[in-house]
Amino acid sequence: MPKLIQAEDVVTNFYTYEGVVKALNKVGLVVDHGATFGLVGESGCGKSVMVRSMMRIVQEPGQIEGGKVVLFFNGDQQQEAVDLLQQSEAYMEDLRGNHISMIFQEPNAALNPIMSIGDQISESFLFHRKKEMSKKILEDLSADDCRVFLPLKKLQQTLYTIAADNPKSFILIICSKIPILSLWQRRLKREALQRSIDIIRKLSISNPSETVHRYPHNLSGGMKQRIVIAIALACHPMLLIADEATSNLDVTIQAQILELLKDLKKTEIASILLITHDLGIVAETCDRVGVMYAGNLCEVADVEKLFQNPQHPYTKALLESVPKFSQEGRLRSIDGAVPNLVSPPSGCRFHPRCSHAMEICKQTFPEEIEIEENHMVACHLYVK
Amino acid sequence: MENVLELKNLKRHYPIYGGVFRKQVASVQALDGIDLSIRRGECLGLVGESGCGKTTTGKAIIRLDDPTSGNILFYHKEKKDGVDIATMSPRQMKKQGIRSKLQMVFQDPTTSMDPRMLVKQIIAEPLREQGGLSSRALENRVVELLELVGLTKDHPMRYPHEFSGGQRQRIAVARAIATNPEFIILDEPTSALDVSVQAQILNLLHELQQRLQLTYLFVTHHLLVVKYISHRLAVMYLGKLVEIADTDDLFNKPLHPYTHALLSGIPIPDVQHKLKRIVLSGDVPSPLNPPSGCRFHTRCPFVIDQCKSEEPVLEEVESAHKVACHRKNEVRKLVYDQFG
Repeated sequence: MPKLIQAEDVVTNFYTYEGVVKALNKVGLVVDHGATFGLVGESGCGKSVMVRSMMRIVQEPGQIEGGKVVLFFNGDQQQEAVDLLQQSEAYMEDLRGNHISMIFQEPNAALNPIMSIGDQISESFLFHRKKEMSKKILEDLSADDCRVFLPLKKLQQTLYTIAADNPKSFILIICSKIPILSLWQRRLKREALQRSIDIIRKLSISNPSETVHRYPHNLSGGMKQRIVIAIALACHPMLLIADEATSNLDVTIQAQILELLKDLKKTEIASILLITHDLGIVAETCDRVGVMYAGNLCEVADVEKLFQNPQHPYTKALLESVPKFSQEGRLRSIDGAVPNLVSPPSGCRFHPRCSHAMEICKQTFPEEIEIEENHMVACHLYVK
Repeated sequence: MENVLELKNLKRHYPIYGGVFRKQVASVQALDGIDLSIRRGECLGLVGESGCGKTTTGKAIIRLDDPTSGNILFYHKEKKDGVDIATMSPRQMKKQGIRSKLQMVFQDPTTSMDPRMLVKQIIAEPLREQGGLSSRALENRVVELLELVGLTKDHPMRYPHEFSGGQRQRIAVARAIATNPEFIILDEPTSALDVSVQAQILNLLHELQQRLQLTYLFVTHHLLVVKYISHRLAVMYLGKLVEIADTDDLFNKPLHPYTHALLSGIPIPDVQHKLKRIVLSGDVPSPLNPPSGCRFHTRCPFVIDQCKSEEPVLEEVESAHKVACHRKNEVRKLVYDQFG
């Protein structure tokens, strides 16, 4: 499968008062076109920081200090590849929500409580799809059944022609600032609202034309999460990043959202990067899995291989510590806790908790080795 | 087996006041008639979605939240006959030594402990409340408790923020077992923890139960966790119990459609396990204004007219397997036909 996005050796540090938190230590991952990639790990292992670095939305005091995030717009054609870490902020603004979008963990925090649902979904259309929508409105205006007072129609047509040509034109910015003239945007907003209704209808929300006028507090948790998904899906992204999208929901609602994501994958979006700590969700929805521990990626493999034949000691321990459907006897747990990343253990960061720890583990950081086809492990137990 | 606690038609309605005179206009029926008996030495799992009244049940049992009506019979280990603690005054409860026998471990260990108290003060607080221990004895007891939950004796002079989530939950468990209780309510004790730490706490709870002969009420929404630790399971939906059975029984042959949906909704960490999923439409209705008849009928895939008007009662179908459903005898076949 052609690659969609490839991160290489990403290093992200947080400069706090206690010291430098080395949240990511040269992490690389590849998401293929049409694949669902799952990123698992305990809290504080750097899953969220990883995807935030890929989207360049790491918050202060965090800094991305090295590496490459290459986005391939058109399959494997290298010439169209773009290194996101080298681009300007304006370029990233245009990219986020348009080509890559993200579903955040907590729908309550992701939605603005004082904006109606429709306005929040419209935002991404108004930001990314102004050109396209202006063209559509121009067509509507020139249609015969459009009844607008003639001079106004002329004015609107001129403005929308400018917008269709260059949505960030100076004239439009001035027009939007002047009270009466700013009304020119009304058609644009109406069009965006219409598109919002269409998109939330796809997510099987009952009565969409009424829901868009509601506010987040009027909706239940599952509905809110659907709205967050709708915002992310608005512009048909190539990659959808779901950061713990279902972890705050009930089992039955979680089942609904997972089914929805599966359906959407068939119809709407190319790839999903799913971050979760629930191994069950990974087993069900993903094609490929990466396991993270304390800022490192320790194992990457296809789902079947990872669950049936885990190689890294941490992956093994993690799989054994989850209660299974057919659980008999004692659960195996991993002793100790996730290390503090201000002063991570030397060498392999898992060695204080690892039952196979050797002398070399304390000294050198293990390189990633391909032990089978498409199965990468970073552990000293396996030698090239 | 003898019971530790018996709940009889327990109700908890939260009033809603409105109007100029602050009259009661409605009530949230968080618990609406619960009959449940908890046997000595068992771990009873209480599962359900959020807002179905799991935590309210727990709080009502230990009188953190006074029930509106109903009885809670508590059977003391030494004395034979039960005492109704639903209406007993707190002072009376303490005097009769019931308070110290009922304890609770809360969901989030960061918020359930005073950040300005030392660990030794936190653990000694319930003991001090009981009185009768000299300060040296108290200190020894604290160390003993800490060792019981897997911490060491250099921990008591620290503050809660110096510990990781798993260690904090261990401290909370130590506080709960400090007074030699008979019955502990575990309100989602592992939901704030990581997977690897969750296993540690579950193993600890399991060991303590056998060592100290405790009885647990394990409140959770995570079915695989509860399957691991509990002997019996009670499923709640919107303030009502819908099914009670032994854990294996419930997982192998569930009878209520809601239990079917819950079980099929669990993501299973096993790639070979492919199950067809029953996806319920919609959300849990508001307990402010619960549906008539069977409360599950708005989301039930096998609803018939009788469900909308008549409320099903919790009846024993097989030995120790109770279910509240009008179509309890057909559900298995219906699920099999529709979902495979």
